[in-house]
Amino acid sequence: MFITVTFILLFILWVLFSGKFDLFHLSLGAISCAMVAAFCGKLLFQDKSRHLGGRLAEAGRFLRYLAWLLIQIVQANFHVIGLALSGRRLRRDLDPHIFHFKTVLRHDFSKFVLANSITLTPGTVTIRIHGDTLYIHAISKKAAGDLAEDSISEMERRVGHIFERHNLCFIADKDNQA
Amino acid sequence: MLDILVIIFMVMGLFFFFGTTVGIVRFPDFYTRTHAAGKGDTLSVMLMLFGLALYNLHHLSPATLLVSGKIVIICVVVFIASPTATHAIMDAGYEAKVRHWSRPGAPKDPQDNSGEKQ
Repeated sequence: MFITVTFILLFILWVLFSGKFDLFHLSLGAISCAMVAAFCGKLLFQDKSRHLGGRLAEAGRFLRYLAWLLIQIVQANFHVIGLALSGRRLRRDLDPHIFHFKTVLRHDFSKFVLANSITLTPGTVTIRIHGDTLYIHAISKKAAGDLAEDSISEMERRVGHIFERHNLCFIADKDNQA
Repeated sequence: MLDILVIIFMVMGLFFFFGTTVGIVRFPDFYTRTHAAGKGDTLSVMLMLFGLALYNLHHLSPATLLVSGKIVIICVVVFIASPTATHAIMDAGYEAKVRHWSRPGAPKDPQDNSGEKQ
């Protein structure tokens, strides 16, 4: 089953990139995609215990999260531009800090999504992930205080809802929402 | 109509690029400059590419649709790669123990151990 899904994904990419719809190119694509899928089809999905429906639902939740993240990115850009064009106030408003944030997320991929989201949201950039601790550089006092902890926790909760529904830390939240 | 949308996207992209560039020049140290570069680039590149994808749809045909699809794929790649690259550059700076700029007279952060051996 995973090999079929890999084949379909590869073939969509082939059609998109080649842009030719005649029989020769399509059959060439089908043959090469089938070969790659047969050889490497098992590499794309590492956790084979989960069903396709669950993965699709996960992708749907992820797209909703991306829409939310886009708003955050626009805010972050206005924040940076506001700082950059703020004249003499710049040195007064800047107050960089490095702080640590302990995450309850377990999987590497969800940690990666969280770290990238932190980088894209106002005032904070992830420097490194060390085990379950994120090293975060915040650009101003406002971005470093309790407010930042809150917004990162909020983000962590959202990422947890997407990828780690079985994680004990998020089950209570899920009941509240239902 | 489409032209107006394209112009809006392009001008917004240019505006954010301008802010990013000013930020890179004016911010005091390595980390804060990377802040500006990492955030501004993502949004402005995405806005400008999206504007291009729309502009390309002037003559609606399978060929232009495919090109626009490819541009959208570039947007997705930028969306993933830009924060990751920012993080890699920042991490390299942290590894090299670059001290971050802090306000004169600000109390030293107890959690800050950049510039010290770990």
